[in-house]
Amino acid sequence: MAGAAHPLPMAPRIVILGGGTAGTLAANRLSRRHGDAVEIVVVDRDDRHVYQPGQLFIPFGMEEPEAIVRSRRKQLRRGIELRLGEVDRVQSAESTVLLADGETLEYDVLVVATGASLQPEETEGLTGPGWGERVFEFYSLPGARALHDALARLDSGRLVVAVLDMPIKCPPAPLEFAFLADWHLRERGLRDRVQITYVTPLDGAFTKPVASEHLAGMLERKGIGLETEFAAARVDGETGRLISWDEREVPFDLLVAIPAHGGADFVSRSDGLGDELGFVRTDPRTLRSKAAENVFALGDAADLPTSKAGSGAHFQGETLVENVGRYLEGEDLAGSYDGHVNCFIESGFHRALFIDFNYEVEPLPGHYPEPHLGPLALLRESRINHLAKLAFQPIYWHMLLPGHDIPGIAPQMSMAGKHLTATEQGDTQ
Amino acid sequence: MSTLTYAGVPVETDPEGFLRDPGQWTEEMARAIALANGIDPLTDRHWQVIRFMRDRYLETGSAPSIRALGKASGVPIKELYELFPKGPAKLAAKIAGIPKPRGCI
Repeated sequence: MAGAAHPLPMAPRIVILGGGTAGTLAANRLSRRHGDAVEIVVVDRDDRHVYQPGQLFIPFGMEEPEAIVRSRRKQLRRGIELRLGEVDRVQSAESTVLLADGETLEYDVLVVATGASLQPEETEGLTGPGWGERVFEFYSLPGARALHDALARLDSGRLVVAVLDMPIKCPPAPLEFAFLADWHLRERGLRDRVQITYVTPLDGAFTKPVASEHLAGMLERKGIGLETEFAAARVDGETGRLISWDEREVPFDLLVAIPAHGGADFVSRSDGLGDELGFVRTDPRTLRSKAAENVFALGDAADLPTSKAGSGAHFQGETLVENVGRYLEGEDLAGSYDGHVNCFIESGFHRALFIDFNYEVEPLPGHYPEPHLGPLALLRESRINHLAKLAFQPIYWHMLLPGHDIPGIAPQMSMAGKHLTATEQGDTQ
Repeated sequence: MSTLTYAGVPVETDPEGFLRDPGQWTEEMARAIALANGIDPLTDRHWQVIRFMRDRYLETGSAPSIRALGKASGVPIKELYELFPKGPAKLAAKIAGIPKPRGCI
């Protein structure tokens, strides 16, 4: 038997760690599929679900913090239990989760969906002198709110947007921040008094060649400096310098840092579950963890070699539910997740780009989801892309989290509507 | 596709000199690639990193990032930069005969 090695109870218990994007949509999809035939328990430390794409807009006063927070419990279907508590560790050999309050939760299937967490302490000096004064981040609500006030005070000098390490959640977000900062400063008539520099550990503006070239061109047209292959070693907030391991320095008056990310703390305390950064070691096609046959992972928590983004968790949802079902039935798993992710990239001035890609195919120009028709333009700025990004928050709450498929948007990536470019075809030259 | 000769053996590489097929790699070749990149000789500490990179690539299909190397290889990041100046993750990958690390997106 390929799946359950021991007889399962009448109503198997599925425990889902994390009630964010991935955990919530997984819980709702499993509930819709199995109804009362399974018991579903979601564990999270609080009842505040943040619409994370909204955080980008808070520093610019384009979004209010409380407008992007809702109850986690209210996003879950009736019958799903939300247990508030801190996870101490997963004991996969015993199929139990130990909570910090001493309680032990038994499971038949475990789904780890605890996302990625910010680890600012990983970079020397980042949280030292200057933190919250001229050194900020916008990947948390308090951080984004504090940056709003600092940006309002900025009237001249050097603004540096720095990705300190990879992987990070939503890799285009720092670029979007730089584009929006350029727009914001132009609107305030200050752009010629503020120099903007984008700093990245990658060898280009983005990871994939075609998109990277396109986005580097946009930075240049907006007069934003680009510093690549910068492996940040430390931040000196007193003198305003960002310093790399090979002793390059970038001076700043205001630093917007994207801190290093890692998995949830309990992952590293759980035998065999995670890699050295605390991401769950996961089969990239089936989403089963490498730790145990009844443990799965999806979303940012997994070590999948694709972008950490809500759209990824959405596209993984179908594969996850299918494979949890197959495991419970004792069947072989389906290797159906292809690494599909898509993202909007806000570029300021009421425009945005849209990119769509998977494990094998990098972001290419074209139209999405319908070839020629779009309405979204791939890898090109348009007003419709921007309007779609703004329209996405209600889709997130009412379609993505409840676990509905979005009409016309397939979980697997499609090549239809994508234009192969010279770069793509000439990859081997 | 390019072909380079390391330690007398012709191998297929990408435009930056990273081996296409890690199976073609030998320790002799590692010494030759290191020398061509200004590293001579390869010390035990170099080898510790090279073997770690290779094992990790063969096990997971991707090369570790610099932070992962610093945490798991037993060699701290500062020393990695002394051993493999400029970009340790890339240079060690090249010497270890594995494809160029694709900064995961």
